[in-house]
Amino acid sequence: MKEIYRFTCIVCPLGCSIEVEVEDGKVLEVRGHTCPRGEEWAVQEVISPKRVVMTVIPVENGALPTVSVKTAEPIPKEKIPELMRFLAEIKIKAPVNIGDVVAEWDGVKIVATRGA
Amino acid sequence: MMKPFPEVPMLSYDVVVIGGGPAGMASAIKAKELGLKVLLLDENDYLGGILPQCIHPGFGIHYFREELTGPEFAARLAKRLVELGVEYRTSARVLEIRNYSDLEKFVLFTSPSGIYGVWAKAVIYAAGARERHAFEIGIVGDRVSGIYTAGEAQTLMDIYGVLPGKEIVIVGSGDVGLIMARRFALEGAKVKAVIELMPYPGGLARNVMILRDFNIPLYLSHKVVEVRGKGRVERVKVVRVDENLKEIPGSEFWIEADTLVISAGLVPAVKKLKKIGVEIDPATAGPVVNDRLETSVPGIFVAGNSLVINDLVDYVAEQGELAAEGAKEFIENGGIESRKWIKVETGENVRLVVPHYLSGERDVHLYLRVSKPMEDVELRIPEIGKRLKLPVVKPAEMIRLKLKAEEIRNAEKLTVEVVRP
Repeated sequence: MKEIYRFTCIVCPLGCSIEVEVEDGKVLEVRGHTCPRGEEWAVQEVISPKRVVMTVIPVENGALPTVSVKTAEPIPKEKIPELMRFLAEIKIKAPVNIGDVVAEWDGVKIVATRGA
Repeated sequence: MMKPFPEVPMLSYDVVVIGGGPAGMASAIKAKELGLKVLLLDENDYLGGILPQCIHPGFGIHYFREELTGPEFAARLAKRLVELGVEYRTSARVLEIRNYSDLEKFVLFTSPSGIYGVWAKAVIYAAGARERHAFEIGIVGDRVSGIYTAGEAQTLMDIYGVLPGKEIVIVGSGDVGLIMARRFALEGAKVKAVIELMPYPGGLARNVMILRDFNIPLYLSHKVVEVRGKGRVERVKVVRVDENLKEIPGSEFWIEADTLVISAGLVPAVKKLKKIGVEIDPATAGPVVNDRLETSVPGIFVAGNSLVINDLVDYVAEQGELAAEGAKEFIENGGIESRKWIKVETGENVRLVVPHYLSGERDVHLYLRVSKPMEDVELRIPEIGKRLKLPVVKPAEMIRLKLKAEEIRNAEKLTVEVVRP
């Protein structure tokens, strides 16, 4: 069955309206993009969308009650709920510096983006 | 001159920077690098303004040539500030600014160690913006808990680690609202709807995508008009609007929710500037400025969201630096001199533009927003024959245009318009 996915491209501020035509998980055609980066992005959005995930983790004895963290790399979108459940269990202690790896999940480093 | 507040300890600096967010930090850093004696004041107990709570990536692509989260962006500026030995005070709340003469500014502030007065030759005002609240957008109903502005909800969640509610309706599809929709959804709250008054989303495309990622319904051309509940928000009333933003009778429906988050835009926080007679542009709600970001009161400069609501922190920091260069020139020459001032005016489909006056003696960035979304248009400044093709323009995305001194030098005024070729 043919499916058409429609996106506003986010690679650059142009915001092209891109359509990706897919049949049985295979990309048939990409339309509406104006550069190769947009095409690549749209195909990835259809085949295996990835996101950088951010949250906050409680920290003991910090200047603020939490530190913010992010995944060091984008992770597959469908794995986000699983990652969030893992992150919900983590607690850490000060001192924490920006860039510290506070945990690792499925080979993905969880990096502090705010010190404490 | 009579000294104000004889019982208050007095400090003396070349320039006082009010606000320790990205605009204030960038301007304090630049002022110090230019050899000025500078003091930065911030009312919060940490530096960074709103950046430390903006934990998502997307900051710094222009300014640091690298994609950072908000706290990382703030930390880079704070590190530079400390390395340079810039004097700063946090938990320092400015009560009043006084303008005694061109080179005699006075700033009164409170702090944990007491109340102080500061004499300075110039002031850079970078105190950011405030959020529009429920009363300003016509929401009536019960006085209940569970109503937050997006920024308040963000502080609660991403500084203090407290989820503000479980079933959430968000008013406004601007960037902050959308980013909060993602954070709520990630943390396990149910975002029941994002309600947008306009017929198009208010945020950057990359943020509008969040709605699809988390299957959040977006209601365009709708508004929240009423909140009901006993003690806590229980339900909100939504109504559809027509093309003139008038409510359509009979289109009302209720959404059950325990939390209402208002993301209805920002307004430059310039009350203290108005008090000293700074002229305000009704379109930006911020001060009228020249190309050094000096306001109509000589020696009072402004940058960041106090000047104009920005969508990229990179431009905010850039404005901070520019204001510091202006302060340096002002202090050295006893004023910002220009042979003439070229007035910049808004033309067709341009809602706002800053700066308002150009000297024509230096290159300048214009920051502007369009009134409505359009495709395949040209940005034109007819007086100087400037034409720039733009495939897409949206009110949500600020346009930054560089003009060279030699392009504008001979103009009397400039009209910026966005039109179909």
